[in-house]
Amino acid sequence: MELIVATSLGGLTAAGIYLVLRLRAFPVILGLTLLSYAVNVFVFATGRLTVGLPPVLNDDASAYTDPLPQALVLTAIVISFGMTAVLVLISLGAFLEAGDDRVNIKDETTGESDA
Amino acid sequence: MVSGSGLLPVMVLLPFIGALVPGLMIRAGRNACATFTAVPTVLALVFLGVMAPGVLDGGTVTAKIDWLPALGLNANFMLDGLGLLFAGMILGMGLLITLYARFYLSGDDPMGQFYTYLLLFQGAMLGIVVSDNILLLLVFWELTSLSSFLLIGYWKHLPEGRQGARMALTVTGAGGLAMIAGMLILGNIAGSYDLSVILEHREAIQASEYYLPALILILLGAFTKSAQFPFHFWLPHAMAAPTPVSAYLHSATMVKAGIFLMARMWPVLAGTEEWFYIVSTVGLITMVIGALIALFKDDLKALLAFSTVSHLGLLTMLLGLGSKMAAVVAVFHILNHLTFKAALFMSAGIVDHETHTRDIKRLGGLASLMPVTALIAVVAALSMAGIPPLNGFMSKEMMLEEVAHTHWWGGEWPIIILATLGALLSVAYSFRFIGHTFFGPVRDDYPHHPHDPPVGMLLAPGFLAVLVVLIGLAPMTFAAPIVEAAGLAVTGSEPHVHLKLWHGVTPALFMSMVAVGGGAVLLWLHRPLDRIWLSTPRPEAKVMFDALMRRVVLGSRFITEVAHNGAISRYLAIFTVATILLGYAAFQGGGMPAPTRGLLPVPPLVGVGFVLLMVATAATVTMHRSRFRALILTSVVGLMVSAGFVYLSAPDLALTQISVDTVTVMLMLLALHFLPKETPRESPIGLHIRDGAIAIAAGVAVASLAYAFLLRDIDTISGYHLANSYKGGGGNNVVNVILVDFRGYDTYGEIIVLGIAGLTLYALMEALLNGPASRRLRNWTFPPDRSRDRHPLMMVVATRVMMPIAALVGVYIFLRGHNLPGGGFVAGLVISIALLMQYMASGFAWAQDRKRFEYHSMIGWGVVVAGLTGAGAWLAGQPFLTSAFGYFRIWPFEEFELATAALFDLGVFLTVLGAVMLMLYSLSRLARYAGETVNVDPMDYDPSRREVADSEQKDAR
Repeated sequence: MELIVATSLGGLTAAGIYLVLRLRAFPVILGLTLLSYAVNVFVFATGRLTVGLPPVLNDDASAYTDPLPQALVLTAIVISFGMTAVLVLISLGAFLEAGDDRVNIKDETTGESDA
Repeated sequence: MVSGSGLLPVMVLLPFIGALVPGLMIRAGRNACATFTAVPTVLALVFLGVMAPGVLDGGTVTAKIDWLPALGLNANFMLDGLGLLFAGMILGMGLLITLYARFYLSGDDPMGQFYTYLLLFQGAMLGIVVSDNILLLLVFWELTSLSSFLLIGYWKHLPEGRQGARMALTVTGAGGLAMIAGMLILGNIAGSYDLSVILEHREAIQASEYYLPALILILLGAFTKSAQFPFHFWLPHAMAAPTPVSAYLHSATMVKAGIFLMARMWPVLAGTEEWFYIVSTVGLITMVIGALIALFKDDLKALLAFSTVSHLGLLTMLLGLGSKMAAVVAVFHILNHLTFKAALFMSAGIVDHETHTRDIKRLGGLASLMPVTALIAVVAALSMAGIPPLNGFMSKEMMLEEVAHTHWWGGEWPIIILATLGALLSVAYSFRFIGHTFFGPVRDDYPHHPHDPPVGMLLAPGFLAVLVVLIGLAPMTFAAPIVEAAGLAVTGSEPHVHLKLWHGVTPALFMSMVAVGGGAVLLWLHRPLDRIWLSTPRPEAKVMFDALMRRVVLGSRFITEVAHNGAISRYLAIFTVATILLGYAAFQGGGMPAPTRGLLPVPPLVGVGFVLLMVATAATVTMHRSRFRALILTSVVGLMVSAGFVYLSAPDLALTQISVDTVTVMLMLLALHFLPKETPRESPIGLHIRDGAIAIAAGVAVASLAYAFLLRDIDTISGYHLANSYKGGGGNNVVNVILVDFRGYDTYGEIIVLGIAGLTLYALMEALLNGPASRRLRNWTFPPDRSRDRHPLMMVVATRVMMPIAALVGVYIFLRGHNLPGGGFVAGLVISIALLMQYMASGFAWAQDRKRFEYHSMIGWGVVVAGLTGAGAWLAGQPFLTSAFGYFRIWPFEEFELATAALFDLGVFLTVLGAVMLMLYSLSRLARYAGETVNVDPMDYDPSRREVADSEQKDAR
């Protein structure tokens, strides 16, 4: 289980970073979404993986998983939504004002300015 | 310990408080402004006078105020003899300068500003000399650099003023930085940043291996401030300031700060070989070079500036000698230099003011035209030259006496010759100052007809000239007490000074005679010498400084343009690579303990989920050009992540993730409605390979880090949360209790951030719709192939049915949140999804019409409710956000719990709902601007209205 969680994390991170390095805003936002997944899962996983031990107190349970990372990730999920929303609006605004949704002021491939 | 310690901090604060006054009082006129500027100075002087007797008797006034004790930074003040001498000079001169400036500044100069800067500077200087904490001293030290920048650049319209101010700030500021480092080392060696403690650790400091670095760094600060060679060049350029500023900064205060620091640190730093050779050599070189340049300067103020450099060199050399008597002589000369140099600056200012020129070659014969000024200048200049019976003579004699028996660089003669040369040049330029300005034939080509200025302008220099004479004639009455007290503070032992004019026939007397005679000869030969001086090439410090600055500017511009060229992809690539490398370096640095955990088994279903996740992730990357598809694929990823949360004992996270993903996808779809649907291929293959390599490296790094981490146990604080969740927070769902109770502060900040994000979106959209984008939107053409049934019957009916159910689920999730998975965050998201469905089904305008409450106010109420709940804990005498709960029974229900945490969660719920709705609402407004039609009916095709429509048609026929 640990292995597949680690592999998923690696995959999500690699995909996220690759997309973040693209030249248009939309893939960058998608990449950030994937990176957010990776980061959230990573923080969650610092509580170690357990199956069937939710941190909800009851008399039958013998042990519980670590609740603290979960609480941190819960707020992180909501905040990353807020961040995505702001980014989406900014890129939308940039597109509507400039006519395209490039993220670079200077085109990295040619080294020339768009303007 | 002397009484009056309460006065000391107040005295330091007075100028700063007073600095607010001139700006206001200038409206009441220039006289009122000057008068009120004098008030804080006079008050501070009175305070000083109250404390003075005790200090003169050898006591010390201290006041300690804790400021940042954890950093060792405390507002500790100490007034000893040295502090008293300097504080007296700073405040006394401040008063005289206030008076002089009132008459010097013309009507066009903003006088309020000038006095404000002056008081700020005065306060900063006062702070330096009475600080008992070296960190506090550094704060004031930097303040003097800043406030002197304002003063030197006071005439902003003159380029020389601006350049001089900039140069002074650069040089003294750089020195100040070095000094910070030196002081920190010193404080570390001594184990305290309190000066009084450091002063007791002489042996430990001088024995430390860090003594030399600390010494050099501190001396760099002192040398730059006191314009010692090779940093002397900024001082003459600072002469672009108005004369009152020059008189204040360059006689009594700014440049003496470095001298003060060396005297202050003398007990701990002096006495070693390093100190002796560095300080005395630098001082001696500065003294001779300054005097030499001064002799050939034609600008009165430049001459005085270089003479100041020369005298500062003299003081530095005296402190460098390391003998106690030399230090006492330095203290005495500090006082004498102040009196004659300030008087000379003011006289030069008067000459400039009256004749409109400071060029010695255009002056001469002024003695008969402005006799009072001439008298003052002559007295002061003779004192500078060291002619008896004036005070300058005494300190010069004592200096030469000290030099005469100092062994320096392998003998006694080098220092004797150099010191005598310095004195000789000093005589020459002093004679030149008066000889070529006031004596000689009266000319008829002055730019302005000269006469003595109004009395007000003469008062200050006149007073100083009187002091020059009085100290010269009766030194034991007027100077000895303060010199003794200051000497005690510097050397640590009672100095027993005997100040007198006649010391008998000593080596110093012969050296003095040589100096006076030689100086006279030099002046006589000045014309031919001047010609030689002008024709010899010399390195010009300003040119070098400007060239250096130009290169620094070019260099930083180059770096900025290369590193910050507007390509954000590049920054991100650099950032990622740097992070990977740093992580790798850190990994190399530390060992790794053996794994302590085994692997959990992977059931087949989980394996399927994993494959789905990886395939969806890979597909997102390969198909990212087709944006809709990529978006759907990321939602698959999100779904799998949520499933993982469910499996791995995190039901709360799963709930939140699913609802957030739903909202996110809606948001992105809304945005994609207006964005291009495809991403063009534009980056070359090389870029793909580079990015791919970076991405794979990062992925491998994260995967291995996570894997290594997951196999090892660490100590956590979670045990506390589990143990206290029910007892202290009254809830069984530990995650929820952490959110609303243990870490409620975080959550509170969090919802505020979310609320701000929502409002930001709204504001951005408002700006967008009123900007150039609105034109593009008005001309928007939608693709012709879009659906004609935009509000389908099935969807409308289904969402209407779903609405109450979803709302009920939301309420249920909210209520159970404290004890079972759920809570305000999830409930807020669920309700917003329910509302969003209505928007989707029947259109934006239709749904908006039926909205009964504002989303903005919902955010506000959410934050207020949460905040008030938290503050309610205060009423019970508990810290902010402590929750209270109890169990109640109301027939016919079972026993149930009521907790204030639920109220806090309600705030969270409201904020989340408001923020999410406001975000999507803002995005939807775009469509209206793009000419989307408004539907009046909830659905496009309404079968129940078919009959009506048919009958209408019939009627029409």
